[in-house]
Amino acid sequence: MRPTDDASHQPTASGVPATPALEADLRLRRGSFTLEVSLTVQPGQILALLGPNGAGKSSALRALAGLVPLTGGHVRFDGRDQTTAPVERRPIGMVFQDYLLFPHMSALDNVAFGPRRQGLSRAAARERAAGLLDHMGLSAHARVRPRRLSGGQAQRVALARALAVRPRLLLLDEPMAALDASTRIDVRARLRHLLEEFDGATVLVTHDPLDAMVLADRVAVIEGGRVVQQGVPAEVARRPRTAYVARLVGLNLFRGRAEGTTVTLEETETETETGAGTGGPALVEVHQAHRGPALVAFPPRAVALYPCRPHGSPRNVWRLRVEGTERFGDQVRVHLAGRLSLAADISPAALAELGLSRGDAVWAGVKAAEVECYPG
Amino acid sequence: MRPERGSGPSAASTGTRERALRARGGRPPWILVLPALVGVAFLVLPMVGLLVRAPWSTLGGRLLQPQVLSALWLSLSTATVATGLCLLLGVPLAWSLARTDFPGRRLVRALVTVPLVMPPVVGGVALLLALGRNGLLGRYLDAWFGITLPFTPAAVVLAQVFVAMPFLVISVEGALRGADRRYEEAAATLGASRTAVFTRVTLPMVLPGIGAGAVLCWARALGEFGATITFAGNFPGTTQTMPLAVYVAMQRDPEAAIVLSLVLLLVCLAVLATLRERWTNV
Repeated sequence: MRPTDDASHQPTASGVPATPALEADLRLRRGSFTLEVSLTVQPGQILALLGPNGAGKSSALRALAGLVPLTGGHVRFDGRDQTTAPVERRPIGMVFQDYLLFPHMSALDNVAFGPRRQGLSRAAARERAAGLLDHMGLSAHARVRPRRLSGGQAQRVALARALAVRPRLLLLDEPMAALDASTRIDVRARLRHLLEEFDGATVLVTHDPLDAMVLADRVAVIEGGRVVQQGVPAEVARRPRTAYVARLVGLNLFRGRAEGTTVTLEETETETETGAGTGGPALVEVHQAHRGPALVAFPPRAVALYPCRPHGSPRNVWRLRVEGTERFGDQVRVHLAGRLSLAADISPAALAELGLSRGDAVWAGVKAAEVECYPG
Repeated sequence: MRPERGSGPSAASTGTRERALRARGGRPPWILVLPALVGVAFLVLPMVGLLVRAPWSTLGGRLLQPQVLSALWLSLSTATVATGLCLLLGVPLAWSLARTDFPGRRLVRALVTVPLVMPPVVGGVALLLALGRNGLLGRYLDAWFGITLPFTPAAVVLAQVFVAMPFLVISVEGALRGADRRYEEAAATLGASRTAVFTRVTLPMVLPGIGAGAVLCWARALGEFGATITFAGNFPGTTQTMPLAVYVAMQRDPEAAIVLSLVLLLVCLAVLATLRERWTNV
């Protein structure tokens, strides 16, 4: 696990007595794709696996469930090794991407399915199912077939069905993906509330950073079958470690070498004939001193654009050229390239005043105080 | 005349306007239409002949003749029992072909479909060689249990199972392959054993496919002739099914043959109607 600082309060290997609800080292190989992911989740904790399509996050989830065999590693629930346990013997509950409620059963029977298989009598299973549906505000829909439920209702029935087996590990595969945008905010908030009540470990998979930030206590970013960053959501949002995460959370991110409050950025592949005059690597001034490999991040809205070299406040100014512009909310996002590539958000009025179009040269400035610098 | 855009449509002209606005697909090519028409005529004409030449005035009396009733009863009961046997053996077989990956699976599937293309008479001969009194297995059935199958109603059923089961297996296997396996995974995560997954989730979800397969299977069993007459013989009351009765009647009393044929046709139409319902539902 990578070292994280201040804001992270997650238990690490150092002397936390509680056995993690889930401790897994997942290794699997499919063709040229390899997955190597280690996960530890404490009881009551919600971990989000965030990553682009094809990163292996769904494979990781299916491996935890036992739906795909591992080629190496282990899976432990409450300290007990269950690496080779068949799916139906694992203490898990799973919510699938499009919920997969059995179409030939009522909502109630869907939820009672698991308890029935665990050996409860029909009456006892239905009672438990009815209790869960009631708790989720769905008692009016207990007798309804799944296709007559709305997306949010189907999601809650699926969650109730997964929780009905009293799992130690709850797995959610893209729980928000099947919902339309208009209902997402409500459903997400409600899901967060329901997940908080669950006392086992929860692992959810998403490609939406908002889902990860709202629903999870911890985020593990998976790219190319590896965990590239792990931490509490605020930390990940503030200090991204890869270009993918930076894009997700909307930050400009650069890798470089810190020497005091000056960071020398790594050379980017595209180089300058933009007439900036000064060759060599770009420098970024930051407000806290560091030493060694460092990452530098700042939000696009912290970037100001000037028609000619500004004098005074900003300590970082670069002469760049405009690559393109696009609407971004009520702002305009200007993509700039040159000695470094970055995005700047300015108002439409400012854009009109500057009269920028593709290929134009412009000065970009960022205050040192707006730049986040952390060990790389 | 081109209809005007944006003018308020009057209730009466809405239908014609829509028709007028639809792009025309052009005339269908005669090289396709002509053979199609001949094909339809060829399929329909014999049925028309059957209806036209039927002895409608004496129909009621002929239908109630004991040999007609016994043949009909034998046909319906053996076809139903045969379908039941096909379901009992064919559904697990289809499941094995669709859901497991045992060595030689392709070969087994090929073997299962052989009766589809094999002439039924050949099937009857093969059944005799296997289950006849001196057959591969029949010899021991006779010697150890005193069971002789040929020329009994049981032989009728076996002949029907032999020719009809492939229809069921193919249709159910297709339904199983078409079913979304992720529901089975969901059931497994809820603690369902493989048996429970099959009975509680897979089976209910492919039930329409099994139904369609069973109907096809039953119709095939009902019409079975070649394998039956070879393996079970043609004894009125015990092994003479409707198709055999039609054939025999045709030799001496064509009108009786027409009556029997009409009954069979009616049953087949009922089957077709059931199938159509399923096809339009899905």
